[in-house]
Amino acid sequence: MKRMKVKRIFITALVILVAYVLQCTVFPVLDIAGIKPNLLLIVTASFGFMRGSKSGMLVGFLSGLLIDIQFGKMIGFYALIYLVVGFLNGLFEQMFYDEDIKLPLFLIAVSDFLYGITIYFFTFLLNSDFRFTYYLNRIIVPEMIYTIVITLGVYPLLLFINHKLEAEEKRSASKFV
Amino acid sequence: MKKKNQMSHTNRYILLGLSIFCVLMMVLSSFSDKVGGPFKTVANVTVIPLQQGMNQIGGWMGDMKDNFSTMKQLKSENKKLREQVDALTTENNYLQEERYEFERLQELYKLDQNYAEYEKTAAHVIGKDAGNWFGTFTIDKGSKDGIEVNMNVLAGSGLVGIVTDVGPTWAKVRSIIDDSSNISAMAISTSDTCIVSGDMALMGTGQIAFSQMENNDNVVAVGDQIVTSYISDKYLQGILIGSVSEVNVDSNNLTRSGYITPAVDFKNIQEVLVITTTKAELTGENKTE
Repeated sequence: MKRMKVKRIFITALVILVAYVLQCTVFPVLDIAGIKPNLLLIVTASFGFMRGSKSGMLVGFLSGLLIDIQFGKMIGFYALIYLVVGFLNGLFEQMFYDEDIKLPLFLIAVSDFLYGITIYFFTFLLNSDFRFTYYLNRIIVPEMIYTIVITLGVYPLLLFINHKLEAEEKRSASKFV
Repeated sequence: MKKKNQMSHTNRYILLGLSIFCVLMMVLSSFSDKVGGPFKTVANVTVIPLQQGMNQIGGWMGDMKDNFSTMKQLKSENKKLREQVDALTTENNYLQEERYEFERLQELYKLDQNYAEYEKTAAHVIGKDAGNWFGTFTIDKGSKDGIEVNMNVLAGSGLVGIVTDVGPTWAKVRSIIDDSSNISAMAISTSDTCIVSGDMALMGTGQIAFSQMENNDNVVAVGDQIVTSYISDKYLQGILIGSVSEVNVDSNNLTRSGYITPAVDFKNIQEVLVITTTKAELTGENKTE
């Protein structure tokens, strides 16, 4: 049981690292009109509704912290946003079914939208930059759409990893019964 | 049911705990730079090596792609380049002439503070901002290589940005197109100073805005070069920012503003040069903010 737990933590950490490195090395090349998808948000939200609030929060916190360290103006800002995203998505764990892709898509879209609004609010509006509709059309909505498109490819992969881990956990659990 | 309740309680505690931690870190890190220290070390052993590796793979793949460009392309390019050589030879003669004149004038004015003389060190860009909102990136040199905060960063011939944060083997650079970037600059032809500020709204068009230039008799035309000014306390004097692409007189009739096309292509920055002298060192100031 304990070994499984260590394995899960290890793989989750690996997923976050890979997602982060892809986000800041490969994705800037794939950008369309200067907009790149938000892979870390997909990972955070997915772990939220697949594994529950606790996992979502920890994954979000770590991803956000990585962004804070390298790109943030202060440590804790992105960590807090991703933390909340993970927690809120975790609340939908009860409604989540593996076969249904509509709910994940919807949740990730809403998460990304709210993420954009939050960033605008705290870093631009409070800086007295009131061109909300501009940012909405230029960044928030395009980023959301692009993120959804990427989700279609990334989410099945995350689901697959989760399945594999859950199946293994069940097997090792039944051994002890 | 009881178990589920317990779960959601612990979740709430975790949420509360981590949130308080985040807020605390935000407050602390806005007062002191030292807070980030341990986190930087964490980044140093986890993501930085990976990013450097990815960067090398990317560079290798870029080379491969270049190798596949066809003969035909090369031939037509060759022809075009030959024509260009002819044109440039003529231009070169003309410029040589001008150079002698320039040298003479330079001697007269003792304008030898060219930025070619600053000591520079090259670095690779290893990561770009994870979001879409800001224009910051990381380079693969840090305090171990002598990089310090406030060092100016160039690419090719133009100004890219300024180092805002340094880790052991990496540094964070805020580019001049970033929304929070403001630079004191001047037109090279008239020495009129202005403020060059990055703008999120302009980032897509590849331009930056300038404002607060005095509306006097000096003519600043499209194509005039804008360089960093002597006033700035962080940017070294005379680094090329770009050329004026549009200039308008403001409605108050006192100032002029407009747009600048940067000398650097911000879409494709791979290598940058960091000037290892800061303005504070140069002027002998040791300001502690």
